[in-house]
Amino acid sequence: MAVEVPLEKWTGKIREVELGGNGRKSLVVGGAATLPFLHFEAAIPHRPAVAMEVQDIYPGGWSAHLEAAWGDALKDAGAWARKATEFGADLICLRLVSAHPESGNTGAAQAKATVDKVLSATDLPLIVLGPEVPEKDNEVLVAASEVAKGQRVALGPCLEKNHRTIAAACLADGHVAIAKTPIEINLAKQLNILLCDVGMPANSILMDPTTGALGYGLEYTYSVMERLRLAALMGDGMTAMPMICTVGEESWRQKESRAAQGVPASWGDIERRSLVWEELTALSLLHSGADIVVLRHPGVVERVKAAIDQLMA
Amino acid sequence: MALTGIEIYKLLPKTNCKKCGFPTCLAFAMKVAQKGIEITACPDLTEEARGALEAAARPPIRLVTVGSDEHKFEVGNEVVLFRHEKTFYHPPALMVRVKDNLAAEERDKLVSEVSRYSVERVGIVMSADGFAIDNDSRDAGKFAACVESVTSQVKSPLVLMATDPAAMEAALAKAAGRRPLIYAATRDNLDRMVELAKTYNCPLAVSEPAGLSELAELTERAAQAGVEDLVIDPGATGFSASLQVLTQLRRLAIKKMFQPLGYPIITFPGDGATSVEEEAMLAGQHIAKYAGIIVLNHFSPATLYPLLTLRLNIYTDPQKPIRVQPGIYQIGEPKDSSPLCVTTNFSLTYFSIAGELESSGFPSWLLVCDTEGLSVLTAWAAGKFDADRIAKSVKEYKANEKINHNSLILPGKVAVLRGELEEELPDWKIRVGPLEAMDVGSYLKTQWKP
Ligand code: B12
Ligand code: SF4
Repeated sequence: MAVEVPLEKWTGKIREVELGGNGRKSLVVGGAATLPFLHFEAAIPHRPAVAMEVQDIYPGGWSAHLEAAWGDALKDAGAWARKATEFGADLICLRLVSAHPESGNTGAAQAKATVDKVLSATDLPLIVLGPEVPEKDNEVLVAASEVAKGQRVALGPCLEKNHRTIAAACLADGHVAIAKTPIEINLAKQLNILLCDVGMPANSILMDPTTGALGYGLEYTYSVMERLRLAALMGDGMTAMPMICTVGEESWRQKESRAAQGVPASWGDIERRSLVWEELTALSLLHSGADIVVLRHPGVVERVKAAIDQLMA
Repeated sequence: MALTGIEIYKLLPKTNCKKCGFPTCLAFAMKVAQKGIEITACPDLTEEARGALEAAARPPIRLVTVGSDEHKFEVGNEVVLFRHEKTFYHPPALMVRVKDNLAAEERDKLVSEVSRYSVERVGIVMSADGFAIDNDSRDAGKFAACVESVTSQVKSPLVLMATDPAAMEAALAKAAGRRPLIYAATRDNLDRMVELAKTYNCPLAVSEPAGLSELAELTERAAQAGVEDLVIDPGATGFSASLQVLTQLRRLAIKKMFQPLGYPIITFPGDGATSVEEEAMLAGQHIAKYAGIIVLNHFSPATLYPLLTLRLNIYTDPQKPIRVQPGIYQIGEPKDSSPLCVTTNFSLTYFSIAGELESSGFPSWLLVCDTEGLSVLTAWAAGKFDADRIAKSVKEYKANEKINHNSLILPGKVAVLRGELEEELPDWKIRVGPLEAMDVGSYLKTQWKP
């Protein structure tokens, strides 16, 4: 009995977005002409990338297991980025946490210094995220953009509110914008259109669909990403931008990753549980279309990268 | 896939004889399509038409039951490739493998731990679904003894794993009435395994790693021999092969209605994995992408709980958030001097804060507003958790009659509502709680006085 596997005739494909280059390592994400890892159907030219999160100030209140894995590197963004490079990150995701009005309210000067430091600490491509307070994001991301001119970094979050400012910086300095919308397919598409309207090239946009962690909204993110990916493959060029998911930040925020005591025994060992929480969040979102996952724990990075190796084989 | 009225009409005699009670065959067909009447009401239906209608009524993936009485699970009967197209209906069973050459003590401990394992999330109690007993020893006597021991210990659904039909028969004799899944019929033993499935009235797994065509040949043979409750094992291991093969199988079933492969799939994510975590990640893929039964080589609460949570996420209807009834809840045994908190009726939100209040040492009143199942910030952003709604709930559920003070504690994430709420509820003292439920205990310890 001959079984004929149905193949979809997709008319669209995911856009290729390049990061880095110009002396720095370069990385291309996107380009897939089918759903994640379905090699039997069409070409998937680039593997999803694993970014490691680095913050510009010592992150108070992190899990003891994250602390133990990173040690003193957490105290200095440069050292942290170097260590992340050693741990095998494909790129670095620098979060300018100190710019948040409640975490120091630092401004352009500080942002410039940090970005500069991280750029010289590693030759990996870079993502720079502001504190997600639009006025502050404008200030620090524009500063970051200037320092990193020509290095093709990804700047975000670029929200509907401040997309003009972020787009202008990206255009002036040759960067990529990370368009962030709250788990909604039409809003995601709409923001891409707005960015293209102000002159952003479509291959200089990444989408952040907003990540819900395992048990905390994953079911929504997962399906919104599948729908975006399907729309893109069916030919909608305005949903065909590669996607980035801030997995580590969301996963490590949850009680399951933080509470060692006072939880049911059935939750199991805290160390294994917290790492698996991040791994399963990452893995599920990679299967629904993530092109970049931003992770926190080096052990998780190692295992997720090994899984990606297998998925791309 | 259900037929449309027109498709049904084409199968009818088209004589408009009215014996069915309808004026025309077309009118009758329309009513059948709406499930308003059974097709058998037409006395002149041909055998051929009846066959076509039955085939169309058959689900693209057969619903298979493993276990018996109240100790069973059902898998299969899925109708879509992506959960947003409708929903996924039958969550994959998570089974723990027990090898028959484990020392008796170790085995009993494992079985007892797994069977006692349960964990609650958003008010739903989750657990592993049973055991896959593996004839690792290749010794029929040992296998039967192991099955006998496990069945005397627990009533859970079982998979019996052996390729030797004699060993399988010995084990089946010890699991009488339990309706275990027989794993597996292969090209070498198919006929004998089919006989066993018939004799013992059990579902049968068919395993064939050589390819989907070869697998389909075997399931056809089993079905023709009269065993239709089948589960399939395409033998794909590792992240890449299993995703691709399971996707192909799901597409063949849903898009092509390809019956020979329209059965639930069994997977073994631990085979070839180099760590418990790797097994868990592959099991995670199988949950999201199309497995019906997942056999785990390890039992580890720290991986099982995340996997059960993922299964709950993937098998939640994306259109219907799990919610709780709005109203005023007692957490512990609150008195009139106890704290009063407000939250939304999204289950995850409610159980997060209710759970923390429960363990805080402060019995409390918890006012649950109807936010149509949205979380605190989502509801706030959607205009469904604003000062107006909170004030209405306070009045509707007569919160003031429960307490002898006038303090209402808001979730920290909606601190911005405080001002407006003070205007809406002038006799009340509005307080802002912490951002995360986890910190509500220490908040109450340091800040609470009526
Ligand atoms: C999943 C999700 C959704 C789901 C809905 C899930 C649901 N049933 O609520 C969907 C996809 C439908 C959705 C939709 C929208 N969303 Co939404 N969503 C999320 C997401 C990812 C997680 C929310 C969640 O489930 N959290 C978990 C629950 C348990 O948290 P919680 O309810 O806050 O409860 C915690 C605490 O508040 C505390 N707590 C609860 N009660 C109480 C009570 C007291 C007294 C105390 C002290 C503490 C306390 O305990 C809990 C644990 O700590 C967040 C972003 C994120 N990563 O967090 C965005 C987010 C909440 N969404 C957002 C938005 C804007 C929207 C939309 C308006 C987008 C749009 N324009 O369409 C819509 C609105 C819905 C609509 N129109 O129908 C924004 C809100 C922005 C803001 N600050 O206002 C967020 C923050 C994303 C973002 N960064 O932009 N969303
Ligand atoms: S009984 Fe059958 S043939 Fe007669 S009108 Fe009804 S559907 Fe048509």
